Parts: sequence; C-alpha cells; structure tokens
Amino acid sequence: MNRRSFLQNAFRTGALASLVTAGLALPKQVWAAWNQKAFKSKSYTDAVGELYGNNALADSDNIILKAPDIAENGAVVPITVESELPNIESISILVEANPSPLAAEFKLAPGMRGYASTRLKMGKTSNVHAVVKADGKLYKATKEVKVTIGGCGG
Amino acid sequence: MANQIRIRAKATGNVVEVKALINHPMDTGQAKDKSGNLIPEYFIQTVEAKVNGQTMMNAQWSVAVSKNPYLAFQYNGKKGDTVDLVCVDNKGETYEGSVKVR
Repeated sequence: MNRRSFLQNAFRTGALASLVTAGLALPKQVWAAWNQKAFKSKSYTDAVGELYGNNALADSDNIILKAPDIAENGAVVPITVESELPNIESISILVEANPSPLAAEFKLAPGMRGYASTRLKMGKTSNVHAVVKADGKLYKATKEVKVTIGGCGG
Repeated sequence: MANQIRIRAKATGNVVEVKALINHPMDTGQAKDKSGNLIPEYFIQTVEAKVNGQTMMNAQWSVAVSKNPYLAFQYNGKKGDTVDLVCVDNKGETYEGSVKVR
C-alpha cells in the first residue's frame, strides 16, 4: 500500500483521526517540535516569552555563565552554563545583539545536571544571557562578550 | 551518514560528562557565496540525548550554533551506560551517534 492510498483509507475510516485524538501519533513530535516563534523573535525578552510563556527573569548568583571577555572570532564563541539550582527543567542561551537572539535551548529531564556547553556565532559585541528554568521560575545570568571579528555574513 | 557525530562519555564518580562534535555546515541563511547568492539556511534544529534508551535531553538550536557544533552535558549516571544522540536538521536529515560510558 503506498502512502497516498494509506492516507486516503485512514481518513475514510477515521483511523488516523482517532490515532491523533488518542494522542498516539503526535506526542513525540510535539515535544521535540522546533519553536519557530521563539527562534524568530527579534528581541531576547520576546524570545524568552515565546519559549517559556512569560519573561519575568530574576538575576541569580546560582548560574555560572562562562564565556570569553573578548572573542577574537565571532564565528566560534565557547559558552558554558552551569547551575546548582534545584529541579532545572531548561537552560537556554540568548545573544542579545544577534538578528535572532535565541541560540539554543536545552530541555533537561530529572537526572540531568545543570550543565550545558556549546559554541555559538556572534555577529557583534553583545550581552549573552543564560536563562535557567528551575522549580517553574525563570532565572538569568548575563555577561558581555566583545567581538572583534563578527561571525555572521562571512 | 557515517561519522557525522563523534561522541565521548566519561564517568567521574556518579557524574557522566558527554562531549560530542557533529559535522554540519550550520548555514545561517545570511551569508553569501562567491557569486553573491545567499546560501539558504541549513542547520540542526533538534538534538535528543538518550541514556539507556530513555530521553534525558531535548535541545533546540538556531543557526547561531557554530559550524560543526560542539555540545557537552552532564547527568547522574555510571560507567557502562549507553548514550545515544539523535540530531535532525531543517531538511529532515537525521544523524545518530552512540557511545558506551567509560
């Protein structure tokens, strides 16, 4: 049976519809879906709002944001976020001056430690924000990274 | 897609650190090629990490993650765990890597 006739049959019998309503066909994709709105947001506070549903950020000393003071190459800026806050659900990294500030979000299951490290592109000198969602609340740490050669546009 | 992901995982006490390097151009959609044409966006959108088959992390990335992405994370685990990474880019291509924790 090819895909088209399978789909037609499924719709005729309603089998697919019932699969969807039963939540069998979709949950994994919903969880892993790429958050277009958050990633296309032009301001970092909008991006946080789209990602977490609110953007009330409290500064926290319990987030360590490791980033260079000066990045000679904006195409490769190492960023590490560490936190001992309890019940961390999510860590995200936002580069305020990038065209789309949200760079990465890491959703963590229980058993994961509050740690995420990656390398980002930065178009120019900017504040970098690490946002941590723990116990349902949002916390952030901020650090300015000076960029001498931009990483966007090549 | 062989060797798209290089991955290492090491246990220190009951903390496992996983480090991965993924081969991918991560094109931003803003750079131009030599003849002045925009290179379209081409980047990894989601990364899922599983430990012994159970999902532990779901990451979403933008074009701002550097070319040939580096990723490190930590979890409470032990030597002998199996760590799987599944990356999916915006063209729907999937890259997978697996490693046993040392």
